[in-house]
Amino acid sequence: MIGESPTRSGPFAHAANTVQRIMFMVLLALLPATLFNLYLFGWPAILLFAVTVGACVVAEAACLVLAGKPVSATLSDGSAILTGWLLAMTLPPWAPWWIGVLGAMFAIPLAKQAFGGLGQNLFNPAMVARVALLVSFPVVMTAWVAPHPLFTTGAPTLNEAMTITFAGETPDGVTAATALGYVKTELSRGVPVSESLQEYGRSSALTYAPDLMDLATGFKPGSLGETSAGLILLGGIFLLWRRIITWHIPIMMIGTLFVMGTLFNAFDPTRFAPGFFHILSGSAILGAFFIATDYVTSPVTQKGQLVFGFGVGLLTWVIRTFAGYPEGMAFAVLLMNSLTPIIDQYTRPRMFGRTRKGEPLPVEGQR
Amino acid sequence: MKLFPIRGGIHPQYRKELTGDCAIEALPLPSRLYIPLQQHIGVPAEVLVGEGDLVSKGQVIARRQGQVSVNQHAPTSGRVAAVTEIPAPHPSGLPQPTIVIEPDGADAWGGLAEPITDPFAVDAQTIEARVAECGIVGMGGAGFPSAVKLNLGIRHRIETLLINGAECEPYLTCDDRVMREHADEVIDGARIMAHALNAPKIVVAIEENKPQALAIMTAAAQAHPHLEVVAVPAKYPMGSERHLTLAITGRETPARKLTADLGVVVHNVATARAVHHAVRHGRPLVARVVTVSGQAMRTPKNVEAPIGATVSDLIAFCGGFAQRPERLVQGGPMMGALLPGTDVPVVKSTSGILALTAEEINDRRADPCVRCGSCVAICACGLVPVEIAAHIRHDDLEGAARIGLMDCVSCGSCSWVCPSHIPLVHYFNYAKGALNAQERERRKSERTKTLVVARATRVERIAAQRAANLARKPKVVAATEEVGA
Repeated sequence: MIGESPTRSGPFAHAANTVQRIMFMVLLALLPATLFNLYLFGWPAILLFAVTVGACVVAEAACLVLAGKPVSATLSDGSAILTGWLLAMTLPPWAPWWIGVLGAMFAIPLAKQAFGGLGQNLFNPAMVARVALLVSFPVVMTAWVAPHPLFTTGAPTLNEAMTITFAGETPDGVTAATALGYVKTELSRGVPVSESLQEYGRSSALTYAPDLMDLATGFKPGSLGETSAGLILLGGIFLLWRRIITWHIPIMMIGTLFVMGTLFNAFDPTRFAPGFFHILSGSAILGAFFIATDYVTSPVTQKGQLVFGFGVGLLTWVIRTFAGYPEGMAFAVLLMNSLTPIIDQYTRPRMFGRTRKGEPLPVEGQR
Repeated sequence: MKLFPIRGGIHPQYRKELTGDCAIEALPLPSRLYIPLQQHIGVPAEVLVGEGDLVSKGQVIARRQGQVSVNQHAPTSGRVAAVTEIPAPHPSGLPQPTIVIEPDGADAWGGLAEPITDPFAVDAQTIEARVAECGIVGMGGAGFPSAVKLNLGIRHRIETLLINGAECEPYLTCDDRVMREHADEVIDGARIMAHALNAPKIVVAIEENKPQALAIMTAAAQAHPHLEVVAVPAKYPMGSERHLTLAITGRETPARKLTADLGVVVHNVATARAVHHAVRHGRPLVARVVTVSGQAMRTPKNVEAPIGATVSDLIAFCGGFAQRPERLVQGGPMMGALLPGTDVPVVKSTSGILALTAEEINDRRADPCVRCGSCVAICACGLVPVEIAAHIRHDDLEGAARIGLMDCVSCGSCSWVCPSHIPLVHYFNYAKGALNAQERERRKSERTKTLVVARATRVERIAAQRAANLARKPKVVAATEEVGA
């Protein structure tokens, strides 16, 4: 077996990048959208966010102790914080505390540490948790509220927030449907998509005009990560700029979602929502830049990443359009996660001096 | 000239500014020189001198054995102090046979071959014989006997002689300085090699981060229409023979073939200069330019050192260490090897001696792989290092070989880029070594098997013959037995 040896090979130089730096950059990229949304949804959201992230870190520490692995060294990689953070961003902001804790249990011990810890898990931990919660507690997990920005009238105080988060008592009359959910419900009642889209803004508790701007800025019901697509996109662009992620997965995923939406909308606007609506609603942008791009659970080859992004985009559209759930990003990511190893195997780059099949190039042949 | 893109590659911190503007300085003659019999890929040379013999500078002191081997020459005049074993300039530090010379200070050349005044009037064999006689090896770091590569013109039709002045390794500036200070010698050597190879075209490829070398070489090349100086992108590992050939010609060397199969032969700039000396002046390869650098070195320099000077001689010449180096490396930081100590000699392939600080090396505990895919994106050979490493970790060396382990050129880019600091190249070198050992073992046992089978058939045949003889001539048993034995 290979081990360390005094005759260790080079190189004796190294890029400045580390796993910690990568995690830190992702958290930094998430920060603007998170802060804005915590402001939008107020104290209950802040409490749930803290509980979820805290539970993930505690769960990770507990698993490391049980496995006899170094605790502080591993915790400092920041991956547990990121998992908790991403999970919190996909939860209804006023959900009770135990949703966050249970989610952390699904995400860390079950989806990550049981596979061997960082780098070993097949499925995205945050998405495993979200899907497990959604399937187990469909009512709680779809109790969305309209934004109640901090320090505005009607926004819950910290005391009221304690009751909402820790006693699970949501005040009457604040729940509202997400855009995707509303359109889906209306369609099942026979209301054409084109009409329900217009109706959506009027029926919601908001006084703002029901246009795409709302979806982009975040003044609409939804989870922390599905409102304000604009700020999430900003974070995504930051990650691209800092070369933490490459364009392959996000562009492919959003592109596929947009193309599918636009094509089918042109074909029948009464049954299919338009492309822009698809990419700006739900957690499409969050999913494209922060979830589908998770290194561990996505392909390592660039061609594989294109296939993966395409798959996530297509499945998200299919689930949103034809399945029982209004939002399909989490399911789409998990389904594609399971294909990652096989995608990697079939999308290996061509080796230098060899054909695609691995045979040496013919001597006289041009490329 | 139109260039062709190479896949992947990295942009390490070059730190060439440490020595880029340092003109080549000659090392004062050390008190002793240590000349290993093997400074090259191939068979060690055979000693021709004994303790106490007087030698002149340039005299052959060890004779090459076979084709893939080179002569060793006395780097200065003096007395043979010993023929002994000293640690090799190799990470293992294992002792190897070495001739020790005490300089007499006169530094007098003697017994040199006749200069070839018009190399373009002699045939290829004459040039090749001279290059072999003068002990020239590839000076870019590989140390492969150059005469063997000049021979390629016989079996292949060579279209292009590619002179490699890329010098893509960080820190190293020895080739840069040679081109800036001895452009005419490099170009003359290149033209002689092209003549020997019967190559109609010469391309000198220099990375664009060496503007002065580019300008000087371009000016020096003006007089030769078939010689072109080309700026190639500064991107590691541009100086890899196959990748440089691809960048210049657009043609990819098939796996397990040579660039010569595409009509391209690649030689380093310092090698070209050595060929100039050998052919025009009859002088063998007895000195080379070494970049002594790294932030732990007090005064980094480019030093022209006689072969056999010790690393400590060079370090002392550069003012010693400014601080305790974390690692002492020979060659560049990407593909160079650890030095086992400072008592080892400079050999023909020593391009650099680097005293590196911990901050420069930036090594740290390896974290788990997060499958970021950086290693896949930057691999210039189109491999999936993360996957190869996974096979090796599970001791599945055949699996690693199936997905291209042996096609890895150990350039080190994947280790360099890995955010988890996983020593991927260390894995690959371990696995290549283990596979080669297995292969040798397999060949050995196969050979044994053939021999055993051959012996069995022979014994059987003899027995059968004996039986037949017995049947024919039952009376003369003793005689047949002697013949049979």
